[in-house]
Amino acid sequence: MVEIDMNRVDGIIDRYEGERGVLIQMLLDLQSEFNWIPKEAIARISERMRIPKSQIYRIASFYKAMSLNPVGRHLIQVCLGTACQVRGAPKIMDRVKESLGIEEGETTPDMRFTLRRVNCLGCCAMGPVVVVDGNYHGRVTPSGVKDILQRYK
Amino acid sequence: MLALQKAILAKRDPNKPLITLCSGTACCATGSDAVAAAIKAELEKQGLADTVSFRRTGCHGFCERGPIVTIYPQDICYLNVSPEDVPEIISKSIKGHEVIERLLYTDPNTGERIVHESEIPFYKHQTRLVFGANPLIDPTNIEDYIAIGGYQALAKVLEEMTPEEVLEEVKSANLRGRGGGGFPAGRKWESTRNAPGEPKYVIVNCDEGDPGAYMDRSLMEGNPHRVLEGLTIGAYAIGSHQGFVYVRQEYPLAVKNLSIALDQAREYGFLGDDILGSGFNFDVRIHRGAGAFVSGESSALMNAIEGKVGEPRPKYIHTSESGIWEKPSDLNNVETWANIPLIIERGADWFNSIGTEHSKGTKIFSLVGAVNNTGLVEVPMGTTLRDIIYKIGGGIRGGKKFKAVQTGGPSGGVIPEQHLDAPVDFDELTRLGSMMGSGGMIVMDEDTCIVDIARYFVDFLCDESCGKCVPCREGLKRMRDILNDIVAGRGKEGDIELLEEIARVMKSASLCALGTTAANPVLSTIRYFRAEYEAHIEEKRCPALVCKDLISYYIQPDKCIACMLCLKNCPSGAIQGEKRKIHVIDQTKCIKCGICFEVCPPKVRAVAKISGKPVPPPLPESERIIERRAKR
Repeated sequence: MVEIDMNRVDGIIDRYEGERGVLIQMLLDLQSEFNWIPKEAIARISERMRIPKSQIYRIASFYKAMSLNPVGRHLIQVCLGTACQVRGAPKIMDRVKESLGIEEGETTPDMRFTLRRVNCLGCCAMGPVVVVDGNYHGRVTPSGVKDILQRYK
Repeated sequence: MLALQKAILAKRDPNKPLITLCSGTACCATGSDAVAAAIKAELEKQGLADTVSFRRTGCHGFCERGPIVTIYPQDICYLNVSPEDVPEIISKSIKGHEVIERLLYTDPNTGERIVHESEIPFYKHQTRLVFGANPLIDPTNIEDYIAIGGYQALAKVLEEMTPEEVLEEVKSANLRGRGGGGFPAGRKWESTRNAPGEPKYVIVNCDEGDPGAYMDRSLMEGNPHRVLEGLTIGAYAIGSHQGFVYVRQEYPLAVKNLSIALDQAREYGFLGDDILGSGFNFDVRIHRGAGAFVSGESSALMNAIEGKVGEPRPKYIHTSESGIWEKPSDLNNVETWANIPLIIERGADWFNSIGTEHSKGTKIFSLVGAVNNTGLVEVPMGTTLRDIIYKIGGGIRGGKKFKAVQTGGPSGGVIPEQHLDAPVDFDELTRLGSMMGSGGMIVMDEDTCIVDIARYFVDFLCDESCGKCVPCREGLKRMRDILNDIVAGRGKEGDIELLEEIARVMKSASLCALGTTAANPVLSTIRYFRAEYEAHIEEKRCPALVCKDLISYYIQPDKCIACMLCLKNCPSGAIQGEKRKIHVIDQTKCIKCGICFEVCPPKVRAVAKISGKPVPPPLPESERIIERRAKR
């Protein structure tokens, strides 16, 4: 089980205490702090902000940027925006899936990679684009996928 | 205000050499950060840190050729600059007056090298009114914006105009919303202003969910003050004291630059209490999105700002009357707001002199896909698609044939070759079965399968539909099933008609614009490319050789030079052969990843894609040996 540092959770809640309409912003901060949203954190928000847990889960499960499961050490985002699509992004996605043996949204059993599909990152000039941990790789070819993955241990 | 501008300009010596470097997201991805570090280090090293200014600007738009470095006052533009080029640039073009030929733009037709950015064909045929300031300013320095006349429009409004006069000016400019629908911005302002209820809210929509469109991101990253200035003017006209900027989660740099801009604007007295001594109070808060396409719809976006799930509300209640916390709320897109300072400065008559009868001003398009010069393009409304794609875009990549251009994002449609001379404006695009949307323009060449594109959009929307209303939720799923069948070779007679029927129901019965327009990509592709659908269904053939289940890879024995490249790269071990033995693909092992097709040397091109007919049987063993050839 992953240990959650509740002081960090409280610190995020403190930023917004007393303001209106901040639940989404708070969850986004949690997401970037932990890379996912642990259920202990949801319980704490519910308790301190007096928001029903069901409402928090509804939001956390609706938005793509929020994850209710722990993610791997490296997050791979394969862009399937239209511009990347017409430049062959589906083949890139296939290669990544095949190389890692996982589907979109899944994490490898060794917790090394989590794979996500994104719909346009706005760098269409460089398509097809793959982003790993915030590093952009442009004009990716199917045969180049292996090299990119090898850089992240 | 003028005095402030003068004071800033007085501090700046126009003859002091200045290096600017494009630092939008696309350039950062191609190495702008490394180039910036190299420039700083090199200036230091050559003892020029005090005598030469260096500025990191927002996106110049020519993302295909980034990172872009410009040197002033000579106005020399270097493209595709790498850190290794930096010492030479500084020694030759800053210390000396030499131009480095190899870093200039070369006209692919004439071979002529072009020194000035404005003379490059990509820029020459544009009218960059809204976007043009990006290359001139560092978005994190408000003084750059003031130096080029920024915040003068706000000062004019607060000092000389009543809110009613501002409203009239924007109304008579006939500015239509740049985010999708094209609704007149002035009328939206007016209904929010007249709606009962206080407080009133104004909102910038920077959700920009349409895949393939990124002009709002580039404006927000590159020139956030222009958007804020427009928003503040709008707030004054509407009578609002609280604004929101909704930025999608995928745009971290936009959030960063906007936050800096907000702080600086407060510091200079352009936001906060008693703005510029006028007694008018207004402030702005940023709301980050969390990754949901539907949240870009105005009522859904307002739900999200309230901290609720970003799902749309029924549209019979207008958000201009009951928006955020049930108060009158005016929402406009980034580009719309960025037009406002221009309209105030130069007047509605000037604005009306640009564009077509019912679409005034310019529009920024993101020209992407299979085109030579990918990037952001700003042209007057009414410019033809042909001019945009060929004159500015430099035509289709790799000498391929144009097939269609997709506009309007997932709610839009495709436009085929016979309509390339259509003038681009709100009404003309709608007439052609597509729409303006936020200005995405995705060019497709002959290698794009039109059925696959329709399937792609339906799949995208299926994912993004919030599921609240049945026609959208179920209609999209059924359309996706049918299209998946067609591209997998399981299509049957009547599928096209069924798609059309589902589309009609969705159009008339969905709750919000996502659902009512969701069928557009399907309808417009059927309208212009019905034969391609029929080829998939009747002949099980993909004419563009894209659909995985309908194609096979085949090595042509007369072309194969047995170089082992494909064999070594094949991830499934499906290729048999050895040195001087023609390679053969084992069709039962092939996973159709296309790597053999990609790695086969361009001079050889032995790997072919076959669709709609059987793969020829492999050569008998004895004929596979390549005899050593005499040197040619």
